[in-house]
Amino acid sequence: MKTVRSMILVSNDPESNVRGSEKIFGAFQQQLREYGLTEEVSLSMVSDLGYSYASPLVLIYPEAVVYGPIKAEDVPYIVEEHLYKGRIVEEKRAPAHELSGKVAWLSARKGTLPAQNRVVLKNVGIIDPESIDDYIANDGYQALGIALEKTPDEVISIIKNSGLQGRGGAGFPTGIKWGFVNKTYGDKKFVICNADESEPGTFKDRVVLEGDPHAILEAMSIAAYAVGANEGYIYIRGEYQLAIERVEIAIKQAEEYGLLGENIFGSDFSFKIHVHVGAGAYICGEETALIESIEGKRGEPRSRPPYPTTNGLWGKPTLVNNVETLANIPAIIRNGADWYRTLGTPSSPGTKVFTVLGNVNVTGLIEVPMGITLREVVSIYAKGMKSGSFKLAQTGGSSGSIIPASLQDTPMDFESYKRAGVSLGSGALLICNDEVCIVDLAKVLLNFFRVESCGKCTPCRIGTKRAFDILTGISQGEGTLEDLDELLSLNKEMLELSNCGLGQTAGTPLRDMLNYFRAEVEAHIRLGVCPTGVCPMSAS
Amino acid sequence: MPPVTINEEETILGVRRIVNRIGATRADLIPVLQAVTNEFGFISQPAMEELSALMNLPTKEIHSVATFYRMLSTQPRGRHIVQFCESAPCHVVGGREVFASLKQALALEPGQTSPDNKWTLLTTSCLGVCGMGPVILIDTDMYGNVTPEQVKEILSRYE
Repeated sequence: MKTVRSMILVSNDPESNVRGSEKIFGAFQQQLREYGLTEEVSLSMVSDLGYSYASPLVLIYPEAVVYGPIKAEDVPYIVEEHLYKGRIVEEKRAPAHELSGKVAWLSARKGTLPAQNRVVLKNVGIIDPESIDDYIANDGYQALGIALEKTPDEVISIIKNSGLQGRGGAGFPTGIKWGFVNKTYGDKKFVICNADESEPGTFKDRVVLEGDPHAILEAMSIAAYAVGANEGYIYIRGEYQLAIERVEIAIKQAEEYGLLGENIFGSDFSFKIHVHVGAGAYICGEETALIESIEGKRGEPRSRPPYPTTNGLWGKPTLVNNVETLANIPAIIRNGADWYRTLGTPSSPGTKVFTVLGNVNVTGLIEVPMGITLREVVSIYAKGMKSGSFKLAQTGGSSGSIIPASLQDTPMDFESYKRAGVSLGSGALLICNDEVCIVDLAKVLLNFFRVESCGKCTPCRIGTKRAFDILTGISQGEGTLEDLDELLSLNKEMLELSNCGLGQTAGTPLRDMLNYFRAEVEAHIRLGVCPTGVCPMSAS
Repeated sequence: MPPVTINEEETILGVRRIVNRIGATRADLIPVLQAVTNEFGFISQPAMEELSALMNLPTKEIHSVATFYRMLSTQPRGRHIVQFCESAPCHVVGGREVFASLKQALALEPGQTSPDNKWTLLTTSCLGVCGMGPVILIDTDMYGNVTPEQVKEILSRYE
């Protein structure tokens, strides 16, 4: 990397992009030329800088000053003052609570914000995602070198000892999964990165792919070495255009540098990665549906067992890991399992990336140690409720739950949530205030499952439709108390009889709604009133 | 919906070009169908028959895959495709009102195409930009933090 005096980073996540980040970038290019600063100052477009609140953000190092929200018209003044005269433009600085990432860490030292401990998002927003040199300068591909000097069994035992659990929602121990694939005999094996992130409210994987694509390639290579695979796929959902572009660029660069391809680092390990672009189907996030889809078929989940670890892509042993899970791997290999266990809780080590959404003051992405509580997230990172008071949080997607206020102080890790009868889901935290109607929310969630059910098995296909119709009836004042019993039995039938995770968990909102908010639902039926005034309640 | 005329010859040549570029194995089917949708707006019957011959697959198999995925279409669509995110994160921050305003402005229900062939309105599951909901996607342009009042102005940008 060339040495420069200052470094400018312009955020270019889709949200910043909508708000004109390309224009800002262009304005910086022009101004730097005019002042003759192009040799001394580097300029990069980076991905999400964490919070979408003050985007587009502009970061200038070495002072680590964050400006935002910035318009193209602000650029000449910033260049003149900050880069030419060396004076920070105070009035354009983003307010303290809008900082993020490394910057959040810097201000944490001054005692203004609790530190986010970034492992997964370490490089996101800090490096140029289209430059492999930037990644290498930030310890990139070091872990692959370390791994290749160990035996596959040694690599797997590091991952096992780290206690890393799958971050896609189910929380299965990653090292054990690697062990299964490693032990299965096969002339050909595959590694698949599941980047079909479609759980509503979840966009952590998108940010990793857009901001640090090489980390995923490196992690996949380590995984492939450990399980004995020589070919891999990244299945990216079709809606994530920028992520697809960045990953394709990263693969090309890694191939040019010999970090992907034949005989990596002069070893006898060879590995090739393909990108498969999804065509729009939520169910393809389910690993066997994803495999069917790569094979060119309808994305309908297979019956299990056999599991993909023995009979996966084209019948070969296949390892499927989520993006966030993989993003942890290089850091674990570099720093060791013991280091990883210093983060999080004993039963759920490490950090977790959450997307904080809904009726709160600051929405966006945070990476915090496992075991933080919902109350802490809302009051510290989300800066409190925007309006009204906290009613519930929905933890995202099919494996998520509705978390009532009474569970606000339960540590957010796999173990504690399981004990409380709820689930962490994919990492979305949709915070709802007291203006949200539980029936209306459950209706929206069930509508999602109804639309996205692949239709292969009957309990899910009919159950989600029936539940949606009942909820619609309740919201229109046509509900009966018997409906509630039917909802509970639908939940039970879908849970026990569905073929895959979608159907098995589609009834969770029904169960949670009646567990925690039964009185509100009954008000719709017994009194003919929607307490929040959201439901139409037209029929009477 | 107005009748759509398909230039059969052009379609067949286009499909051949796409298969030549991408491949004719089973695993190539979805990328091929995606490319056909992008180029012709939808996968027509002649396109499906040509694919069947080139890829050695029954048309019913191609049809079954083509109707499964949201981003593939077997029906002609309008010049502009308006997609509204109907997932919970957009819903609780005002999505309901925005969707009502959108349906009214277009005079369409989800899945319909306007008589002048200008608009097709679709609902979609989460687009992954929940930090700025409610979100509307028109073709490839993303609009965030939309309010019901802005809907008309946004639509007026399209010819």
